[in-house]
Amino acid sequence: MAKAGDKSGGSGKKALKRKAATEEPQEAAVAEDGATESGVQPPKAAAFPPGFSISEIKNKQRRHLMFTRWKQQQRKEKLAAKKKLKKEREALGDKAPPKPVPKTIDNQRVYDETIVDPNDEEVAYDEATDEFASYFNRQTSPKILITTSDRPHGRTVRLCEQLSTVIPNSHVYYRRGLALKKIIPQCISRDFTDLIVINEDRKTPNGLILSHLPNGPTAHFKMSSVRLRKEIKRRGKDPTEHIPEIILNNFTTRLGHSIGRMFASLFPHNPQFIGRQVATFHNQRDYIFFRFHRYIFKSEKKVGIQELGPRFTLKLRSLQKGTFDSKYGEYEWVHKPREMDTSRRKFHL
Amino acid sequence: MSYCLQNVSSLSHSSKTPSFSKAGHCPRALFSWINMPVCVRAIEVCFSFVLQVIWDTLGNKQFCSFKIRTKTQGFCRNEYSLTGLCNRSSCPLANSQYATVKEEKGQCYLYMKVIERAAFPRRLWERVRLHKNYEKALEQIDENLIYWPRFIRHKCKQRFTKITQYLIRIRKLTLKRQRKLVPLSKKVERREKRREEKALIAAQLDNAIEKELLERLKQDTYGDIYNFPIHAFDKALEQQEAGSDSSDAEEKDDEDDDEEVGKREFVEDDEVDESDISDFEDMDKLDASSDEDQDDKSSSEEEEKALDAKHKGKTPLKGPLRRKRAYVEIEYEQETEPVDKAKTT
Repeated sequence: MAKAGDKSGGSGKKALKRKAATEEPQEAAVAEDGATESGVQPPKAAAFPPGFSISEIKNKQRRHLMFTRWKQQQRKEKLAAKKKLKKEREALGDKAPPKPVPKTIDNQRVYDETIVDPNDEEVAYDEATDEFASYFNRQTSPKILITTSDRPHGRTVRLCEQLSTVIPNSHVYYRRGLALKKIIPQCISRDFTDLIVINEDRKTPNGLILSHLPNGPTAHFKMSSVRLRKEIKRRGKDPTEHIPEIILNNFTTRLGHSIGRMFASLFPHNPQFIGRQVATFHNQRDYIFFRFHRYIFKSEKKVGIQELGPRFTLKLRSLQKGTFDSKYGEYEWVHKPREMDTSRRKFHL
Repeated sequence: MSYCLQNVSSLSHSSKTPSFSKAGHCPRALFSWINMPVCVRAIEVCFSFVLQVIWDTLGNKQFCSFKIRTKTQGFCRNEYSLTGLCNRSSCPLANSQYATVKEEKGQCYLYMKVIERAAFPRRLWERVRLHKNYEKALEQIDENLIYWPRFIRHKCKQRFTKITQYLIRIRKLTLKRQRKLVPLSKKVERREKRREEKALIAAQLDNAIEKELLERLKQDTYGDIYNFPIHAFDKALEQQEAGSDSSDAEEKDDEDDDEEVGKREFVEDDEVDESDISDFEDMDKLDASSDEDQDDKSSSEEEEKALDAKHKGKTPLKGPLRRKRAYVEIEYEQETEPVDKAKTT
């Protein structure tokens, strides 16, 4: 009787393929006993009483077996449902409802009221009168000073060199224990427009301070995933002296706009398209990815890109109104992890 | 020691032990022993044996909790130690009369211990604050340690010199930039790293960059550098369009509609290769009427290819309106155009 009941249950589920089938009668009996069934099985009912889940089977092998069977069945059902849906769509043709867009974190982003509307006049006015206006009006052309924290190690030094090849009109100077506050007036007197300081910790660069010089804003970033040129696979030859183009992606909010303008002001205005080099700052979920590529148009629909120079990711930590001043500076935006990192759908850049 | 001992013997003969109760009547001579070299004091004589014992046990043989031994040398960890080495002469425990210079919060003090106070542990060490001025402080040391053994005086001054030097250095360094150590929370770091990885995957950087570059190509930011034929063709057409489009558009549409009604056409397959088009090109030169149709077809093929490429362009087409695909809108154009078009391909 146990056998009969069990077989009906077994066939109800799936065709028995496994050798363990022979063991089933006993184990099923055990399982059913465990589920407090009487010895007399109802002949046609399913093997297991309602409310019984596979996870309650005590025997591990048996449990695993039942679980895999259940999983296979689920997969089959899912496949069948998909096919059915596809058929329906084809049958309907044009009138089929549009495919549901899957939810992504970027789709579900919390509404941020500082997202810039392209036609916003106030923003346009602000941008016409902020510190970068002189750059965007073509009055000044950028001249960058790249330096490090004290006693840089090899990796940082090489990163500085590579950065200086990427950014045209930039100079690398070593900091020999000088205070930033003393460097800044000297830079201003020598007509530098931007200052980049790469902070180092334990022989790896981990921070970037970007300061627009004549009293411009200072942004402090956390730098991670730094890959120097020789660590990049399938890379092209070294970048040439041509001025690269810039791509700034996804800087949507007011804050993002100002950071985007900061990055844009590092590069000269007139990109030399003959050089076919492009520097990209792509913002995704508050992480800014920097890449440097060489592109070639294979046809008007296809372009090939080849990564050249260094790559790194930045995360904005603070934006300060004046030049670098950690004590008395006026901070426009500071990243506070305990308050700002609570929601996974909220981004600030 | 022998020197000390002699003096003591003379002392004991000269006067009885001074009794402080008779302070008023004591002649000066009785107290003159205070000014004598301290090592001569009577108490020390009694204790010298004790001190020697202390040194013999702690310093040399048995355990001293302040002593640290290395392979070559021993050090004394006692806070009142003058030199920091473990020696008979610089052990604060084994010397009843001892002096040190110690620094507390930037102030230097001279600590002195004399045998008279050996019985009063609370008052054992006498502290004198030293002057901030280096020379004056040295004089102070000299003054306080007058008649003390040369070794202790010398070592005190040396120690004081070292202390002032490092205090100067501290003051200089605090004016310079301090390296601030910011603690990183491992949890936060891990979280940020993971989020960065996910963001990288979501960013699809290569696709985004390629898309942006193609957009720029379409927007014609690169000017004349790249001359992809269809691209230039589209540009030319658009220019043409801008000129003649607005006025003629409606009329032409009407005409097209009128023509379309009731007209039978034999329409070819959609997929026509470039090679086929070249055939059509040749056929252009053969016949007049049939050529026209085929010309139309070929040009329309080109058009539609171009249209497919551009997705939504109004490309003027020679000949009657043809609808091979659902969403194509074709307009009339000059008859001479197709020849040019054929040549450009």
